[in-house]
Amino acid sequence: MKKKMSKTPVNAPAENYQPVKEDFRFLSQQDITVDRNFASQSYWRGVAVHYFHNRRAVIGLIIVSLLIIFAVFGPMMSGYSYDEIVKVETVSSKGKVRMKPATMIAPRIPALHELLTGEEYDDAFKDEVFLFGTDDVGRDLWTRTWYGARVSLLIAFITIFIDMIIGMSYGLISGYFGGMVDNVMQRFVEVANSIPRLVIVSVLAIFMAKGMGLVVVALLLTEWIGMSKIARAEMLKIKEQEYVLASRTLGAGNGHIIFKEILPNTIGPIITQVMFSIPTAIFTEAFLSFVGVGIMLPQCSVGTLIEDGFNNITTLPYQILPPIIVLALLMLGFNFVGDGLREALAPKLEDM
Amino acid sequence: MLKYILKRVGLALLTLFVIVLLLFILVRIMPGNPFPSERMNDQQIAMKRAEMGLDDPMFVQFGRYLYKLLIHGDFGNGTSLYYGAPIGSVMTTCIKNSFRIGGMAVLLGSFVGLLLGICAALNRGKFLDGFCTVFSILGVCVPSYVFLIFLQYNLASQTKLLPYFFDEARFMQSSVIPVISMSLFTMSTIARFTRNEMVDVIDSDYVHLAEAKGMYGSRLITKHVLRNALIPIVTVLAPLIVDLLTGALVVEKIYGINGIGKLMVDSIAGEGVDYNYVLALGILYSSLYIGIMMVVDILYGVLDPRIRVSAKGGDR
Repeated sequence: MKKKMSKTPVNAPAENYQPVKEDFRFLSQQDITVDRNFASQSYWRGVAVHYFHNRRAVIGLIIVSLLIIFAVFGPMMSGYSYDEIVKVETVSSKGKVRMKPATMIAPRIPALHELLTGEEYDDAFKDEVFLFGTDDVGRDLWTRTWYGARVSLLIAFITIFIDMIIGMSYGLISGYFGGMVDNVMQRFVEVANSIPRLVIVSVLAIFMAKGMGLVVVALLLTEWIGMSKIARAEMLKIKEQEYVLASRTLGAGNGHIIFKEILPNTIGPIITQVMFSIPTAIFTEAFLSFVGVGIMLPQCSVGTLIEDGFNNITTLPYQILPPIIVLALLMLGFNFVGDGLREALAPKLEDM
Repeated sequence: MLKYILKRVGLALLTLFVIVLLLFILVRIMPGNPFPSERMNDQQIAMKRAEMGLDDPMFVQFGRYLYKLLIHGDFGNGTSLYYGAPIGSVMTTCIKNSFRIGGMAVLLGSFVGLLLGICAALNRGKFLDGFCTVFSILGVCVPSYVFLIFLQYNLASQTKLLPYFFDEARFMQSSVIPVISMSLFTMSTIARFTRNEMVDVIDSDYVHLAEAKGMYGSRLITKHVLRNALIPIVTVLAPLIVDLLTGALVVEKIYGINGIGKLMVDSIAGEGVDYNYVLALGILYSSLYIGIMMVVDILYGVLDPRIRVSAKGGDR
């Protein structure tokens, strides 16, 4: 508005001025015949529109998708496998041919090095590409980092999916039946919720063998509680609505009402909770692996890679960077996606 | 009000009892035998078992354990590779160390976090706000032990400004690195939360009304905005305090601080401590957690009368 005003000549009398077409423009919407404000939109379409208007949420989605793509395809790109010790044939001064493992090599790209300095590397591995370097037994860290990301993501996805099913069923049933059932079930949740996660882990650690199983069970035992609370709250909100009553009047059973009628309407908040649980799962896994009861060698996860890097930090500080950056990006991405989803699913009036 | 407090305390005690019972049973049904069968014959083992009361029914054993714990504060004797003394005295030393470091981290984290959050909320959309956002994201996304490793590498290993490991004799210097790295998570969480709460409260009707009546500046912020924004922050702070006081685990382990966190990591990794330690640590952690949660619940009721009212008539 202000810009247009200032462009009109100041000395021209207002009544003589003939408005031309260029004076007017659409502020936001070019195609005025389509009513976007009050058009009928499906629920998920509205969510998607809100989601993609949020810059942070889109960044989060891009980060997460890139990481998943790299976790799937990254290990294949280098040509080494995650537990393979890279070896190169060398001829010693006495003429013997032996295989030399590529231990503790800093990140290198031979072509780039040659381009910048004009000379080749002068060791046995002058033709090998190690984007993130190699570790102290000679495994390629690029492969291991993405393989570790894959393991961490897989653990998180699987456990959180099972937790979602358990927590959702628990919360929905507890909220739906109410009364005595709800009371008993909620007391149980209260007790379960007040046991610190670490205590559960330490007791589990004496019962179970170290390894992936321990991580999965520890996550299964702790993460369902949050989901069940959210599912119950949603159920309490929804169960008094008319369509539930209508369904019951038509003769639907409890199971049908809970899982066919109400569950689809609670899915939004639960997905948001899932997005916030995934970083927690990854964090817990990294912690347990770092402590030494998580993923076992030769397998690796982000946590074990950080531990390896930490053990060599004074001599080979480059080793610890890739897993930390991957971990931080994973946390960042999932947190952004979760925030974005929460805002998109329950937009406040001011955001509209 | 008294009824509300009593109810909370009762519930907390009941929960704690259930947890201790559960832990005790879990630890006692572990397979294994405390006596070496190649060194002792069956009779000797039977005598020793009777002497230590291992033949009694589980609930008698539990009663005895509880009695000793409550009356004498005695967690029993554990065998440990590192710690020779009874568990109680080992834990007292560890608690002292952890609480000193953790307490400093709590103070630093909550103070700086609050300050940062308030400044960000008052300068919404400006540089400080952006800085606060980036900082809080960074603090939440990167684990505290990573900060510790970087500080250790840069300040201790490379420049030798500070001790590389924790040193009882140089307490102040050697607590700088762990305190900073432990407080960053708290700081960023509190900063983000304070900012969001403040922004919500600043936009609310009663603040607009107060402004319309002619209130402004620091009086408006402290009397009207902060007071209401701080209430929810108490709930966020509580679990963080528990985590910090009990030692950010890996931080203590890496930096060699002789605290509960290190003990816990040892017991999780199964290095040099036995099941009695697991039991004792479980009880300690649970009681701290439940205790602080209870205090927060009561505080919340005191600060915000709406909670109290709904708790009286509602489903809880």
